[in-house]
Amino acid sequence: MKNNVLIVGGGPAGLEASSQLQRLGYNVILIERSTALGGHLAKWDRLFPSGVSARETLKSLMGHIEGVKYFTDTEVQSINRLEKSYNVILSNGITVLADAVLMTTGFDLFKASRKEEYGYGIYNRVITNADLEAYFRNGSDPRIDNPKRIGFVHCVGSRDEKAGCRSCSKVCCATAVKQAMEMKQAFPDADVFCFYMDLRLFGRHYEDMYLSAQRDYGIRFIRGRVAEVAENADGSLQVKAEDTVASKPLKASLDLLVLMAGMRPSVSGRRVGDLLEMPVEEDGYFSVKEGIVSGQKSPHPGIFLAGAATGPKTLPDTLADARAAAVMIDQYLSDVFPEAKHYKNLVRELW
Amino acid sequence: MVDFGFGLVPSSRINLDLFDKERYEELASMEPDVRKCMSCGSCTAVCTAGKYSATSLREAIECIHNGQPDKALGMLKSCQFCGKCTMVCPRGINTRHLILSINKTYGEL
Repeated sequence: MKNNVLIVGGGPAGLEASSQLQRLGYNVILIERSTALGGHLAKWDRLFPSGVSARETLKSLMGHIEGVKYFTDTEVQSINRLEKSYNVILSNGITVLADAVLMTTGFDLFKASRKEEYGYGIYNRVITNADLEAYFRNGSDPRIDNPKRIGFVHCVGSRDEKAGCRSCSKVCCATAVKQAMEMKQAFPDADVFCFYMDLRLFGRHYEDMYLSAQRDYGIRFIRGRVAEVAENADGSLQVKAEDTVASKPLKASLDLLVLMAGMRPSVSGRRVGDLLEMPVEEDGYFSVKEGIVSGQKSPHPGIFLAGAATGPKTLPDTLADARAAAVMIDQYLSDVFPEAKHYKNLVRELW
Repeated sequence: MVDFGFGLVPSSRINLDLFDKERYEELASMEPDVRKCMSCGSCTAVCTAGKYSATSLREAIECIHNGQPDKALGMLKSCQFCGKCTMVCPRGINTRHLILSINKTYGEL
């Protein structure tokens, strides 16, 4: 008898965990709510810090899920705890007896229109980080018409208690710096301004990226949160902020404003969590069992968590979390089902 | 016109539209490291002239970006070129030379 592992969410965490568990010999069932695997990665163009292609990155993750049964357009309809396992009914009519469940339900992007003072959805030349990635992928967006002055607003829906999002989304500073450089590559004559509160990009290569943005691309970093945006008669934008380094109010006219929408807990992930009565913390992300030392275990036996389901993470964070979850699940199943036999699927892979 | 004895106070607001890009590029071609400043304030903290008069390279660079080059020159006019700021700059900017270049580029204003 092989143990079944159900993985909820087909983004990078779900894909990586599927591949690892499949190779450990488990019977992996991966479900994804939308029509395609890949999660947010499928919508992105290039990734920080080195600018590798998101398409290629996703392709390589997908290349490792051979043998995994996956269902797209599929959600969890009901889930019940049996003695040792979970009885899960899926929206496609299939019932799965899962010996372990891994929640890789990821995140939703903050709805930038909720910050009305920035005018997303009201002013034509205000776009989001996701819109800009779509532009880089598809090469066209009527709102981006050879801009000469471009602003990036960090922390939109992050570090903002009034919007109900106190936490830092971790990836937006690095994304803003990456996108600012990409805009300079696309429009070398443009002036690019980044409005930040703190620059929170740390980790290997990120400081080099920041230095390069300043030295090689001449991007101007202004410490201060954009407070309001207004539209001029010609469609250009007036932006007000305080330069908190100079302690002076500041205004600037811009042709394009990019809002760095932050990460929010996934609504559909929470729906599945509610079926299981899984506790969430004040920030809306799922609680883990014992804090920092058991990062991938939920408080319920046999239910595991990986990726942004437990808070904002970068892609490498997410992949590492997924691999860790695979090991935790392997340990758990070996303890609970000692009679089950699993033979590793050997995949000959050149180093 | 009748003089009522008071005038409009000049705005203290920064207007980024007043930034002189051409002149800044002239400075940057001479002194590319000016782009590397991250406003840490080490230069200002160790400045010997700063003890007696408002002297700050960090603030001068800010003023240039914010379209206030005359203010930037004022921030540097008491500099004695002792070079202490060069020793503490974490980004390795030759700050002493940068001050000379700023004076040269914006000096004839």
